[in-house]
Amino acid sequence: MAQFRLPANSKIKPGKNYPADNNVTNIRKFSVYRYDPDLTSNPTLDTYDVDMDTCGPMVLDALIKIKNEIDPTLTFRRSCREGICGSCAMNIDGVNTLACLKSAEKVGGVVKIYPLPHMPVVKDLVPDLTHFYAQYASVKPWLEANTPPPSDQERLQSKEDQEQINNPSACILCACCSTACPSYWWNSDRFLGPAALLQAYRWIVDSRDESTDERLDSLEDSFKLYRCHTILNCTQACPKDLNPAKAISEIKKLIARRDH
Amino acid sequence: MSLISSFNRFLGLDAADKGVGHWWAQRLTAVALVPLGLWVVFAFASLGDFSYKLVVIFIQAPMNSALLILTLLMLSYHSKLGVQVVIEDYVHDTILKSIILISASFVHVVVVVVGVFSVLKISLGTPG
Repeated sequence: MAQFRLPANSKIKPGKNYPADNNVTNIRKFSVYRYDPDLTSNPTLDTYDVDMDTCGPMVLDALIKIKNEIDPTLTFRRSCREGICGSCAMNIDGVNTLACLKSAEKVGGVVKIYPLPHMPVVKDLVPDLTHFYAQYASVKPWLEANTPPPSDQERLQSKEDQEQINNPSACILCACCSTACPSYWWNSDRFLGPAALLQAYRWIVDSRDESTDERLDSLEDSFKLYRCHTILNCTQACPKDLNPAKAISEIKKLIARRDH
Repeated sequence: MSLISSFNRFLGLDAADKGVGHWWAQRLTAVALVPLGLWVVFAFASLGDFSYKLVVIFIQAPMNSALLILTLLMLSYHSKLGVQVVIEDYVHDTILKSIILISASFVHVVVVVVGVFSVLKISLGTPG
């Protein structure tokens, strides 16, 4: 059966408290999932009091402050801190999003931070995305064309052609959508998930790509594509306001048009 | 722990060429069930006191029995497709999955055969 409960060794236990100094007035509590693969103990939820007067507004600012000033063992991914690299994707206040784009003020009460759901955890807030990247690679996210490129210029696209791929190209592969999808939770071994399918769509509708048929053929499978039951968590989760669910239904329509 | 590469996991799991038929059939039966469902609701709502005689006369009308059989076929096929997806979603053990999938198909076939036979028996029987 699909696994609905956490395995015994993944159940989250209460963790340490890191109270603020007495002279701090503007305190915000951050509860953060902690897991250390070097220990045999279960993951815990540690709570940090952060002085918001000396902290930036975003959840990532608070995480960096915690790591710098309170607990250097806290582990998370981050790079650009402006929503373009996709590294700091995590589950904040119950929603998958980028820590660098999520304002702590928009969260009521304690800010609860967990790694992306239903993924193996490497450490703390760092999920193992190996399988996710392999699925991305499996949709051949590159241009395939038999027609040789013009010798003196690049392959041209009209403005309308470009607009087809404009949105899907903006995906930063943060995995917020795929890890928000129940179908992906239960069947990620075979279901490609919204992120990989959005990228498959991006190459299917690319006017310069000439392997549309092969791409559609490789997706015409009850698990790879049709495990999508239009739950729409993906579109709701996307921190870049993209619409993977629509792309998936467009792929289904393209395949149906070819077959019927 | 398996040392197989992440990409290698997909090999042998290429498209099984059986997605679109299922998807299309589920949508077609869904569309067909909109008018059929409305007809069933209104037809039975206007059946009065549901006395045995009244119901037999209703089913014996040729159009009514044809529409009832159509509804039974569409409904059971749509249900079979939907139940199949639910099983595939949640049951991951290969053998258990096969057993449940086959049983579910069997139950649907039995239901539709019994249903259609019942309608025909009433419809083609002596006029009430």
